[in-house]
Amino acid sequence: MAVYKRGYEPYTGRLTPEWSRFLIIARHAYRGMFESRFLVSFLVVCFIYPVVAAVLVYLPHNAAAMAVFDVRKLFPVDGAFFLKFLSWQGTLAFLLTGFMGPGLVAVDLANNALPLYFCRPFSRAEYVVGKMAVLGFVLSAITWVPGLILFAFAAYLEGFAWFTGHLRFAFAVFVGSWLWIVALCLLALAISAWVKWRIAAGALLFGLFFVAAGFGQAINHSMNTDLGHMVNLASIIGAIWAWLLHESAPMPVANAWFSLSAAYAACYWLLRRKLRAYQVERA
Amino acid sequence: MESRPVIQLDGLVVRFGNRTILDNLNGSLSGRAIGLLGPNGAGKSTLINTLLGFFKPARGTARVFGHDVQTATRRVRGLTGYMPENDSFIARMSAVSFVTYMAELSGLPRDAALERAHEALFYVGLGESRYRKLEEYSAGMKQLAKLAQAIVHGPKLLFLDEPTNGLDPSARQRMIRLIRDIREKGDLNLILCSHLLRDVEETCEEVVILKQGRIVHYANLEEERLLNRKFIELETDGESEGFAEGLRGLGCECALTGERRLKMVLTGAVEIRDVYRIASERGVNIRRLNYKRDSLEDIFLKAMENGHGQWSAPAHAEVQNGRV
Repeated sequence: MAVYKRGYEPYTGRLTPEWSRFLIIARHAYRGMFESRFLVSFLVVCFIYPVVAAVLVYLPHNAAAMAVFDVRKLFPVDGAFFLKFLSWQGTLAFLLTGFMGPGLVAVDLANNALPLYFCRPFSRAEYVVGKMAVLGFVLSAITWVPGLILFAFAAYLEGFAWFTGHLRFAFAVFVGSWLWIVALCLLALAISAWVKWRIAAGALLFGLFFVAAGFGQAINHSMNTDLGHMVNLASIIGAIWAWLLHESAPMPVANAWFSLSAAYAACYWLLRRKLRAYQVERA
Repeated sequence: MESRPVIQLDGLVVRFGNRTILDNLNGSLSGRAIGLLGPNGAGKSTLINTLLGFFKPARGTARVFGHDVQTATRRVRGLTGYMPENDSFIARMSAVSFVTYMAELSGLPRDAALERAHEALFYVGLGESRYRKLEEYSAGMKQLAKLAQAIVHGPKLLFLDEPTNGLDPSARQRMIRLIRDIREKGDLNLILCSHLLRDVEETCEEVVILKQGRIVHYANLEEERLLNRKFIELETDGESEGFAEGLRGLGCECALTGERRLKMVLTGAVEIRDVYRIASERGVNIRRLNYKRDSLEDIFLKAMENGHGQWSAPAHAEVQNGRV
C-alpha cells in the first residue's frame, strides 16, 4: 500500500543495538555541517601541514634533495618534529572546535529538544558521547590519524629498527591527541550547554582560551612563578605532549595533569547539571 | 482476562527543593485513554515527566506496564511516546529528517525509520509539507510534527501533554480527531494531559483530576455517559404527585424538585414511551423532557470544590474500569 494511504500501525520490526545509537547523532549532524563551504575549506587547510610534514619525512630519502642540502639535519624526524606536528594540528583542532562545537548543544537547548532525546531509550551519557563523536571524528581526522600515518610513513622509509625504537612517538601522538580532543569536546559542549546561545558560546570558547592564556602570563610575570600556566589550556596540553615525547615542558607535568583533570571534572559537572530534559527553576 | 495496569502509583511523592509537587499519589489505571485534568500547577505535567523518568520521586514508586520508572527507565521509554507541551524540535531539519531522526533514536533501523517517518507525517496530515524546515511551520503544524515524532516508533503508551495548545478551532478539531483515531485504531494506550475539559471529554474514557499535587477525583467517562442517558428531568403541566407515583410504579426512582418539576432515573426495562404512557394515563402534559447531562465540567467543578487536595477514595484504592 502507498505510504500516504497507510494509517497508524504499531512497529513490530527489529531494533538496532543500543550501543550503536549514539552514532546516529553524528551521522545526522554531519549532514548539515558539510553543507558549509567555509567548514569544508577549513578542513582542507587542516591537511596542508600533514602533507608538508610527509614531504619533510620523505626528502632525506630523496637523493636529489640530499644533494642540494642535508634535509635530515634541518628537519630531523624526532620528538620535536612530532611535538610541532601536534602543536600545529592541535591549534587547528581548537579553531575547528570553535566553529563546530558551540552549535552542537546550544541549538538543542534553545529549541527545547532535550525532552525529545531523553523520552526515548537514549540516555544523557549517550547524548554527550554522540555529540562528542561529532567533533571527535573530525578532530581525529586532523590530529592522530595523519600523525600515525606520518609515523608509519617514516617507519616505512627508516626501517624496522627505527619503528621499534621510536614507538613512543606513535603512542604520544595517539594519546596526546585524544587528551586534547576530549578536552576540546568537553569544553565546547559544556560552554554550549551553559550559554545556550551559539554565537555567545563560540565567543566564550575563544575568550576562555585567549583570556586564560593572558591571565596566566600576567600571574607568571607579576608573581614571578610558573603557576600561571595552570590556567592556560595551551600550556597544559603542551606540557603533557612534551612529557609524552620526552621533550622539555613549559611547566611541571604534574601541574599539567592536575589542571587537565580539573578541567575535565568541571566540564563533566556542568554537563551533568545542564543536560536535563527539564530544568527545575529555583523559586 | 484481567488486563495489566497501564500506570500504577504507590505513594508517589515528587519534590522540587522544599516544594511538594506530587503528594502521595496512589492508584492503578487501566483505561485505554486516560485524561489528566487539573488547574495550572496541579502537577499534571510533573506526573507525566516522572513517569518518563525525568524527575526522581522523593518517595514511593510509579510503574508503567509493571516496569518501575526509576529502575527500568530505558524499558519504559522504549514503550512510550511523548509529545511535549512546549515547542520542541531539532533546528535546521525538515520534518521528514526530524521524524526519521527521532525514530532512529528510538531504535528503528535507518530504512524502517525513514519509511515510518513518511507514514507518520502523512497520517498526521503533514504529507505535503514534510520536506519543509520545521522553523517554517505554523504552530499547528509544529504540534502535528510533535505528534508524528511521538507515534513514529509505534509506542504502547502515548503521553500527550496539552496537545491542542495554541491551535485554532479547526486545527484543534483535527488534532482531537487524530487522537481519537489513534485511540481507536492503534494497539496503544494514551494519557492526555490538559486543562481543557473539552479535549479530555472528547478523547478520553477515564479522567483523573489533580489538585495541588493530589488526585482529588477519578471518573470513568463512559460510565458517566451511560448514567447520564438514564437521568431525566421533566417539566409537567398537571398533577405532578400522581404522575410521580405512576413513575415509581414502573420501578424508577423519582423525585419532585419543584411544583411541576420531576427528576427520575430510568431503570433498564423502562423506556421513554412508558413515561409518556403514564403521563397520558394520568392526564399530565409533559412540557419539557431533558436528559440531565452531568458534564465533565460539573464533575471537575465538584472535584475542585470538594477535593480540598484530598481524594475521597481510600489511600490504596484501585481504580479500574471506573470502580474504586
